[in-house]
Amino acid sequence: MFNKEDNALLDDNKGTTRREFIVRTSAFTAAITIAKYPVKTIVDKINQPEAGNVVVTINVNGKSKTLEIDARTTLLDALRENMHLTGTKKGCDRGQCGACTVLVDERRINSCLYLAAMCDGSKVTTIEGLGTEDNLHPMQQAFLKHDAFQCGYCTSGQICSAVGLLKEGHAKTDDDIRELMSGNICRCGAYQNILDAVKEVQNA
Amino acid sequence: MYPFTYIKAKTNKDAIAAIGSNTNAKFIGGGTNIVDLMKMNIEKPHQLVDITSLDLKKIETLSNGNVKIGALVRNSDLAYHKTIAEKFPMLSKALLAGASAQLRNMATAGGNILQRTRCYYFYDTATPCNKREPGSGCSAIKGYNRMHAILGTSDKCIATHPSDMCVALSALDAIVHVEGINGERTINFLDFHLLPGDTPEKENVLQQGELITAIEIPSSSFAKNSTYLKVRDRASYEFALTSAAVALDIHNGTISNARIALGGVGTKPWRAKEAEQSLINKKATTENFSAAANVALKDAVTYKYNAFKPQLAKQTIISALQMIGGNNG
Repeated sequence: MFNKEDNALLDDNKGTTRREFIVRTSAFTAAITIAKYPVKTIVDKINQPEAGNVVVTINVNGKSKTLEIDARTTLLDALRENMHLTGTKKGCDRGQCGACTVLVDERRINSCLYLAAMCDGSKVTTIEGLGTEDNLHPMQQAFLKHDAFQCGYCTSGQICSAVGLLKEGHAKTDDDIRELMSGNICRCGAYQNILDAVKEVQNA
Repeated sequence: MYPFTYIKAKTNKDAIAAIGSNTNAKFIGGGTNIVDLMKMNIEKPHQLVDITSLDLKKIETLSNGNVKIGALVRNSDLAYHKTIAEKFPMLSKALLAGASAQLRNMATAGGNILQRTRCYYFYDTATPCNKREPGSGCSAIKGYNRMHAILGTSDKCIATHPSDMCVALSALDAIVHVEGINGERTINFLDFHLLPGDTPEKENVLQQGELITAIEIPSSSFAKNSTYLKVRDRASYEFALTSAAVALDIHNGTISNARIALGGVGTKPWRAKEAEQSLINKKATTENFSAAANVALKDAVTYKYNAFKPQLAKQTIISALQMIGGNNG
C-alpha cells in the first residue's frame, strides 16, 4: 500500500513511476520483437478477419465512462490499461486465482474472464471504488487490523471478494467463509487472518 | 486471442439468425469457459453473439410439477434457489461443489452443459489431441492420465467431462430445451452428450446454430432424498477425481427407486442405470450399496496413473448412499 509520500512521488511529473518505466521499456521490447517476427506469421495474422472494435459505456466506481476498445478486451484489461485503475490485479489471467475480482452489478466476478464488451450498461466497483485512503471501507480497515496480507498482490481481489461474499449472505460458519473465499488464492498464506478480517466485518 | 466481431442479440430469433450456418460463430453467455479457451487459441470464433440480454433467466414450476430453468440462470442463483435446494438437493450441492463463488456468479446453466474438458493435453496446443485437432492422436492415453476417465473411453480420447451440475442433471432425467432455425425441440439429457468413439471433437447432439433455452427437471418421488458427494485433491475449487449424485426412495427400509450418476470418471456425465436397478426392492444397507457400486464400476478401464479411480468411485457411491440411506447398518 502507498502512503502519502509515495503518492507524492508518483504524482511528481519530473520522476518516472515504476509503472511508466515498465510501459516504456515494454513498448521498446515489443518494437524489437515485431521487427524480428517472421513475415509468414504476419501475413497469417493479416488474413484473419478484421478485429472489431466495440463502444461500451460502463459505470466504474460511480463514474460513467465510454470507451472504444478491441472486442477482445477483458474487463480486467479495460480497467487497468484503458482506465488506468491498476488496483485490480492480473494474476493467472485464467479465472483460477481471483486476484482480478471486482463487483459487476454488485456481484463478485473474475474480471479476467469477462469481456468488457459484455459490461455495457453495467455498474462496476473496483478496489478504488470501495473506499479512499482517508476513509477506508470497513473491509479494508479489517484487513489492515488483522494483517490479512503479506505481499499484498491478491489483496484487492480478496477484499472485493469478501465484500461480495457478505452481500450474498450465504456464509454462516468459518468453514462457509473459507469455502466461499476459495476462489481467491493467497500465496503468502494469510488465510487465517483473512478469515478473521471477514468475520470482523460480518459481525460488526 | 484471435480477433472476432461482437454483437449482442436481443431475442432468441436474432441470436439464432446471427449464428445461422456460420460454423465460426459462437454464442457467449457467462464466458467462463469460452473466454479461457479463446485466450489459449483453442476456440477461435470469428464472431461472438452475446446472448445475456435474452429472456432466459427465469426458474419456474410448471403445472405438472416439473421445474424449468432458463438457460441464462447463473449457477449461483440456481444453487441457492429455494425450490431447487428443497426439491433437488443434489443439484444445489453439485453446483456449489463446482468452481468458485466468482465463477458461479458468472457461469450460466446452459453454458455449464456445454463446458469442455479440462484434460491438460486438450489445453496444451503443443501436444496432439484428437478432440482439439481430429486425427492428431491422444496424448493422454500414454501420458499423465491421473485425472482421466475410466468409463466410456475410446482409443481416440479418455478426457473426463468436467461438470458437477451435469452429473446431477443426468441422475434427475433432465430435459434440454433447444431452439434453432427449424424451431424448437427437446433432448433427453442422457442423450445430449456423446461418447468420444472415433469423433471426440463432437461432444453433443446440438445442431449447427441451435441455442439451449432451458433445462427442465421432472418432478419425482426420489429427488428430495438426494445428495452429491465430490472427492478431489483439495477441499474446494478443484475438479472431481470422483463424484456421485445419488437419490433413494425408501419405504419401510426397502428401496423402491434409486438414482446413481458419476462424475470425474466418465467421458460424459455417467448414469449408472444397472447399479440403480440392482438396488430396487433391496434394503438400504451398506452391503447392498457396496454391491451396487461394484455394478456401477464393472466396465471400468484404467490407465497408468488412474488405477485408483474404480475403488475411489465405489467408495464415493457407498458414502453418498449412506448419507441419504438412513441408519440401516
